[in-house]
Amino acid sequence: MCLAIPGKIIELDPQNTHLAVVDVVGVRRKVDLGLLQDESPRVGDWVLIHVGFAMSKISEADAVDQMQTLTMLGEAEAAMQEVRGYGLENEEQADSAPRWKQ
Amino acid sequence: MKFVDEFRAPELIAKAGEEIRRLADPNRHHRIMEVCGGHTHAIYRFGLKDLLPANVELIHGPGCPVCVLPMGRIDDGLSLAAQPNFIFAAFGDMMRVPGTHGSPLEYKARGTDVRIVYSPADALKLARNNPEKHVMFFAIGFETTAPSTALTLVRAKAEGLRNFSVFCNHVTIIPAIRAILDSPDMRLDGFVGPGHVSTVIGCRPYDWIAKDEGKPVVVSGFEPLDILQSIVMLLRQLRRGEAKVENQYKRVVPWEGNRAALRAMAEVFELRPYFEWRGLGFISQSALRIRSSFAEWDSEQRFSVPGVRVTDPKAAQCGEVLKGVLKPAQCKLFGRECTPEQPVGALMVSSEGSCAAYYNYEHRKPITIASAAAV
Repeated sequence: MCLAIPGKIIELDPQNTHLAVVDVVGVRRKVDLGLLQDESPRVGDWVLIHVGFAMSKISEADAVDQMQTLTMLGEAEAAMQEVRGYGLENEEQADSAPRWKQ
Repeated sequence: MKFVDEFRAPELIAKAGEEIRRLADPNRHHRIMEVCGGHTHAIYRFGLKDLLPANVELIHGPGCPVCVLPMGRIDDGLSLAAQPNFIFAAFGDMMRVPGTHGSPLEYKARGTDVRIVYSPADALKLARNNPEKHVMFFAIGFETTAPSTALTLVRAKAEGLRNFSVFCNHVTIIPAIRAILDSPDMRLDGFVGPGHVSTVIGCRPYDWIAKDEGKPVVVSGFEPLDILQSIVMLLRQLRRGEAKVENQYKRVVPWEGNRAALRAMAEVFELRPYFEWRGLGFISQSALRIRSSFAEWDSEQRFSVPGVRVTDPKAAQCGEVLKGVLKPAQCKLFGRECTPEQPVGALMVSSEGSCAAYYNYEHRKPITIASAAAV
């Protein structure tokens, strides 16, 4: 629950300005950007996600480090399970093989 | 040797270990509390304790949301879920936490509609998709998750979605630290401050620990090197006789926190006069409740809640372990009646609970980076 999952903003939702599609090692899900409203998030920004909400902007290098940390902590599987779980019935099936395993 | 290969900069780890041994005052026993359960997990996972000299002791703090929730709250939430056309939604961490008559998972097996969600936004979505049912999100967590629950309630109200409510168990970290410092059987020299809570609240709320209590605080990241560096920073302060708040996790934690998140929390929540914590008892102004302007979306204002109070199983010593007075293995039930497979207390359920961490990584003793780096 307290996992912080790094992802990259791929697309802002034109209808719902607080929603964005975020890519987490190949898995794409909608997350809420409402808690980043002071930082005007843009496509291409890297963010840390907690329970489906982007909580902070980070650098790309820190995003890579964070994924590495999750892997080291044995939490990468749980993190990806969490990301896949966002949106319940998973409208978007853009999953590809998780890259950190390669 | 799996962890060693995955590990970055083992030479820096070894260096940090040396620096810790150099800085630790041989005439003192340093007791440092890591507040956050995520840190506890990392410390056990990497066997960091083995890198520390005998006079630098890590005490595990109360920062595990599942662990500090008293059983009565779980019973209250599950009793509401027994109503017809009711969906009980919660994070996966909650599912195996025992209530008096079973865990949410066991209720599910007996026919209660219990769903795992990964985000409060998905509980809201359940409500949208099931207009004939009421969806209650059983919210737990410190300031890391509270803003997300708050925004979800803002969205529910804006949409006028009336078949959704939140059973709010959100707690705040500062009063818990105060309760621990006030506890007569606890002597601490400094704190490894929580990383992700601090992305929300920033570093200022810890000022009083340094100024009034004279104890250093270092907000820390979660990598082994982060935690060791934070211990170095704490020992350096102790050596110089200083007490200040420092931020080791600058790459993620802004000094001022996340103002948008704090605004969302302030709009939706107010402090409860008091709240019961497992192990720590009643702590005043330590938890959040939903403001009356959101009453319609507050399970407690909307439904009648029994207000159950349950004492923990007598033999289990969760409270002492939570306060850091006992180590997990010193509990009479540890590893016998209470295991991750058959947990008696919540500390054995969550991966952030010190008992589960101790059981998985210490009790079973895997090969860790520390044993390699120490060579």
